[in-house]
Amino acid sequence: MKPEVITGSEILLRSLLLEGVECVFGYPGGAVLYIYDALYGFKDFHHLLTRHEQGAIHAADGYARASGKVGVCIATSGPGATNLVTGIATAYMDSVPLVVITGNVHQSLIGTDAFQEADITGITMPITKHSYLVRDVKDLPRIIHEAFHIANSGRKGPVLIDIPKDVSAATTLFEPAKVMNLRGYNPTVAPNRLQLDKVAAAIQEASQPVILAGGGVVYSGGHEELLQFAETTEIPVTTTLLGLGGFPSGNRLWMGMPGMHGTYTANNAIQQSDLLICIGARFDDRVTGKLDGFAPKAKIVHIDIDPAEIGKNVHTDIPVVGDVKTVLEQLNKLIKRADKADAWRDQIQQWKAEKPFKYKDSNDSLKPQWVIEMLNETTHGEAIVTTDVGQHQMWTAQYYKFNQPRSWITSGGLGTMGFGFPSAIGAQMAHPDRLVISINGDGGMQMCSQELAICAINKIPVKIVVINNQVLGMVRQWQELIYENRYSHIDLSGSPDFVKLAEAYGVKGLRATNKEDAQAVWREALETPGPVLVEFVVDKQENVYPMVTQGSTIDQMLMGDCE
Amino acid sequence: MTTKHAIAILVNDQPGVLQRVSGLFGRRGFNIESITVGQSEEQGLSRMVIVTEGDDQTLEQIEKQLYKLIDVIKVVNLSSKPMVSRELALIKVKAEQAERPEIKSLADTFRAAVVDIGTRNMMIQVVGDTEKVDALLELLKPYGIQELSRTGVTAMTRGNAL
Repeated sequence: MKPEVITGSEILLRSLLLEGVECVFGYPGGAVLYIYDALYGFKDFHHLLTRHEQGAIHAADGYARASGKVGVCIATSGPGATNLVTGIATAYMDSVPLVVITGNVHQSLIGTDAFQEADITGITMPITKHSYLVRDVKDLPRIIHEAFHIANSGRKGPVLIDIPKDVSAATTLFEPAKVMNLRGYNPTVAPNRLQLDKVAAAIQEASQPVILAGGGVVYSGGHEELLQFAETTEIPVTTTLLGLGGFPSGNRLWMGMPGMHGTYTANNAIQQSDLLICIGARFDDRVTGKLDGFAPKAKIVHIDIDPAEIGKNVHTDIPVVGDVKTVLEQLNKLIKRADKADAWRDQIQQWKAEKPFKYKDSNDSLKPQWVIEMLNETTHGEAIVTTDVGQHQMWTAQYYKFNQPRSWITSGGLGTMGFGFPSAIGAQMAHPDRLVISINGDGGMQMCSQELAICAINKIPVKIVVINNQVLGMVRQWQELIYENRYSHIDLSGSPDFVKLAEAYGVKGLRATNKEDAQAVWREALETPGPVLVEFVVDKQENVYPMVTQGSTIDQMLMGDCE
Repeated sequence: MTTKHAIAILVNDQPGVLQRVSGLFGRRGFNIESITVGQSEEQGLSRMVIVTEGDDQTLEQIEKQLYKLIDVIKVVNLSSKPMVSRELALIKVKAEQAERPEIKSLADTFRAAVVDIGTRNMMIQVVGDTEKVDALLELLKPYGIQELSRTGVTAMTRGNAL
């Protein structure tokens, strides 16, 4: 490329192209007008205009999770930027690579409380992996190059670039950045060999070993290596919420998800294990329950690219710092079958047979679990599924059978309502030819429902499912079980008619209240090209089981209908 | 066991870097007893010295979390090595004519300097480790301390220790 004098805005667009960006989600405003001016008529990548900045960033997040590439979004200064905060925090908690571009007021106005001014680098400091306030247009190529590198390497995460209006307007000689000066940033990718030998030896000693695999398996692309590791050692595997899809659910070694709404098998296996091999997971409190009594007999191996996660919550006996895929590749050359664990394998199979997820089905009303099972059967577990947060999220995690990585997109760490639907738009942009289903509750659907417009206008064929129980279900469940049925402010009656809402935006809407209708409308949804919203009106009283209440160890489960 | 630690942090001399470091301490519940920042031996890099309190596990987390910041180049736990630590204090103490020789001799004992004399007070400058500054303050208290400004600790390892 021949160096030429261009504006900061043009430098931004060209740099994004050089980083391989195919799709950007955004919303214009005063401070990014130069950038949007440069985008006028721009055809080299797609810009999707959402109806809210929150929609844009969740869509960028869904795009990143589905594709493994960096998600990009653009917003203006002030309220535009602050509307991104929830989405940035969501991505940060779940280690999703994003480059977030915000405009800021002219540098001469920064610090004066100018119109639409917000210190967005300051506001987002605790929820970004790194951030930049660009002071000089000459720094822009380097900063963008660094931002993409930081976002998508090591432990991934969101990086924010705040560009004042005068910088996006200024001109300079554009030369693509080739060198990076990041002395303080050298993620350890390859593990220490001595530690791997210790892991291999521990496997030979163990009689009750368990693999606890998390989102790091998916993010590193190490799912095949994990499968090989598990099949060689024949150690049972449990995958965390974000790890779902990182190990095939149909595999005989899979025990399901652990933790608060995990399986009886996974939770008991962890508690009774004498060797717990944690791979790319961070011992979140939703997984560990009461920390004091977590895996009390286990020697703990922790494999993670982020050294700060090791020993943060749980004492680690054998720490292994490195990229999960690389670690497993090397480890797989050293390991053998865990020969002392035969009785343990039998025990696991027995638990699996005795205590699977269970619910009381009904022919009078629609059970949400039944709906998820139907979605799973009709799509053969092949769809990309995004969820919002709440009961439907847990039921989907429990009853939809994920067999491939990046087919499950959910807000795990932050638990962000409003995430499910816009993230599906991003996932569909990443995979235009795959079936993308967005499963939402009636609560979360109303937090970003304005993005129905985006689906209609751009013919994004997401199948939007609303599991409507007319209540904030998970909150109701807690109020029932922990707050003595004091149902405080959870009634969502008075919500819009979701079918009409969809149709108001030009999206086909369908509704079912019984099994027969449910099957028929879902079939119709699948056969209809383009976006469709399907509302399933379900039993209001249903709870998610098993459940571990806070302050309990994870083997102290309320079994409910799973008894 | 909870003990005091001095941590030296070499950081990029960027706007906002102090906010990144102090913000990290605040939001993760780590304690900052004192924090000093200034130039380092290399252009473009600053050195911060933070005195904090915590057990070994907390200290390990502090180091690891600091290394996650892109602008942090190097973290050294000085307290685990032979080190020299100093702070500076300016102490404005009440001093009537008659008391001045006494105060001056106290200051001399601590190799502190009288850097200003007012009509009814004196300003003492003392440099030393925290204990020395504390000890001089203790002795000056009975005269009446009107104003005190301490810099916080800066520190370095001794000799060739890294």
